[in-house]
Amino acid sequence: MQPFTTLTGIAAPLPLANVDTDKIIPARFLKTIKRTGLGVHLFDTLRYDETGAERPEFVLNREPYRHAEILIAHENFGCGSSREHAPWALLDFGIRCVIAPDFADIFHGNCFKNGILPIRLPREICDALIEDARLGGNARITVDLQRQVVVRPSGEEIPFQIDDFRRHSLLEGLDDIGQTLQHAPSIDAYEQRQTADHSWVPAIV
Amino acid sequence: MAGTPPRTLFDKVWDSHVVETLPDGTCLLYIDRHLVHEVTSPQAFEGLRMAGRKVRRPDATLAVVDHNIATSSDRAAGIAEPESRLQVETLEQNVAAFGVPYFPILDARQGIVHIIGPEQGISLPATTIVCGDSHTSTHGALGALAFGIGTSEVEHVLATQTLLQKPAKNMLVRVDGKLPLGCTAKDIVLAIIGTIGTAGGTGHVIEYAGEAIRALDMAGRMTVCNMSIEAGARAGMIAPDETTFAYVRGKPYAPKGEALERAIAYWRTLPSDEGAHYDKTVIIDAAAIAPMVTWGTNPEAVLPITATVPDPAAEPDVEKRARMQRMLDYMALTPGQKLSDVPIDVVFIGSCTNGRIEDIRAAAKVAQGRHVADGVRALVVPGSGIVKQQAEAEGLDRILLDAGFEWREAGCSMCLGMNPDKLTPGQRCASTSNRNFEGRQGPGGRTHLLSPAMAAAAAVSGHLADVREFA
Ligand code: SF4
Repeated sequence: MQPFTTLTGIAAPLPLANVDTDKIIPARFLKTIKRTGLGVHLFDTLRYDETGAERPEFVLNREPYRHAEILIAHENFGCGSSREHAPWALLDFGIRCVIAPDFADIFHGNCFKNGILPIRLPREICDALIEDARLGGNARITVDLQRQVVVRPSGEEIPFQIDDFRRHSLLEGLDDIGQTLQHAPSIDAYEQRQTADHSWVPAIV
Repeated sequence: MAGTPPRTLFDKVWDSHVVETLPDGTCLLYIDRHLVHEVTSPQAFEGLRMAGRKVRRPDATLAVVDHNIATSSDRAAGIAEPESRLQVETLEQNVAAFGVPYFPILDARQGIVHIIGPEQGISLPATTIVCGDSHTSTHGALGALAFGIGTSEVEHVLATQTLLQKPAKNMLVRVDGKLPLGCTAKDIVLAIIGTIGTAGGTGHVIEYAGEAIRALDMAGRMTVCNMSIEAGARAGMIAPDETTFAYVRGKPYAPKGEALERAIAYWRTLPSDEGAHYDKTVIIDAAAIAPMVTWGTNPEAVLPITATVPDPAAEPDVEKRARMQRMLDYMALTPGQKLSDVPIDVVFIGSCTNGRIEDIRAAAKVAQGRHVADGVRALVVPGSGIVKQQAEAEGLDRILLDAGFEWREAGCSMCLGMNPDKLTPGQRCASTSNRNFEGRQGPGGRTHLLSPAMAAAAAVSGHLADVREFA
């Protein structure tokens, strides 16, 4: 996984609440067996019309937001399905950070596994950042995970919170499985205990 | 035990699965059951292969195909669509290479992953169950801790049989009193979502309790837990009781004999302790519930069938008003229009929410002696091959076919636009599934969520209808 330390880039304003995973990537694009290549289908129904032509009014179809690396949205971002195709599509498009007042749980977890940083900030601050983002290409926003601050174009710094474990994994680009396997002896011991205590759980064979 | 603080059902199942607690409170949680399907697993198996890892516990894993497959009677001939075919073939190669038990498409036990787990006795009380699918919450009806995970987590479970998780908060939803005639588990859960909203359970595990929940059979409990995710909660749980034990008894993979008796003795210790702490409590009066139907494009936009389409002009909050207007535009509804006047084109009865035998019986009861309205296409899709066999043994297929319904093979079907069963743009569907998002059942399709009996009533009426008039 690509580490996430500091990112300075263009932020796209998406002032919508309840952006569900079917909106981020509709089910018909889930037939891939790869993690890459989903960026063209990101926000498919918002981005393209029935004929497949771009809707010029949609933010990611406009300059400079075609190059956005940060997305700022409203409440309950990522609700719906567990599909990791949603963060894969964001990442493939180039988005490395999503800022919103809150996120649906599964989506939130899936972001971290893919080197995307989801940041929860109060609604008023999201709205202020959306105003910054509307200024376009000269108004870059910086996200500094080391110091846990978002830096507005004005230089104002906004602190944010993130779990230690997740912050560490992102900063170092660590893969969860590798970390968990360091605990293999505990897993072995648990399984032995469980075989004794919960022997009623049958094997599926 | 003296000194132990009272614990909830969730706390008990959680505590008994913690392998290790990391310094920041993240837990390594042991997973008893891992269900796998074709859509969210290919990249996980690929990850294992690239890292040279094995599946740690194939004997705790079960794979099935459900999302991508056709539900037409000629499906034995193979999958026409190349991408869907590749995804199914990839799963078949992966289960063979990694030694994972698998129900292939032509196996009678094949079906929607959340239908077959409980049906086979693979989902059991007090266990942890995961699947790369958000409706894994369904299995919580047995008193399991069951939740959906992303593909990276699927790979993590395959490799380690554990997950890194922070404990969720506890939320209690108590449904007191008796459900009125004509109302079902689906109406309960739609009413709950209408009350707490689609983010009402975020960060929480919901425990459903109260007289109306206790009175539900296992199918109804699964319907309720299934839609926990639509209420924002990753998992829903119901304490196991005699109904649960009777359901588990005799299921193919469930413990038997003395092992079952030991298990039941343990399961009896699971219900939340007196005085256990809940971070949030919501109380709902069952007697006030009516048959429900959604009018908008998220499940909280729901009203009793007797209501009219709401008017955005009456909404003081500017943002909410705009959101409502957008929903009405998409759904092509007019404020003040009676919901029971809304004409429909398609009816879909099935999905992991309502694809069990009890659901098909409820639909057949309304369909019997009536006929699907002119111009309406009505699909009935059993949740599994076993459900289909059972329904046919009871003659339900004949009743439905005679009434003009289609009787199909098991799968996810029209719940999501991923297989040949799809809405075309502008089509309006009365659906027993769980999501009414824009385009969920096919691009431009319009979805009204409701119970199986309500769906059958809509099919024979040609418009949304109050099932209580069909008694
Ligand atoms: S029936 Fe629908 S909700 Fe259930 S698993 Fe299939 S696609 Fe998902």
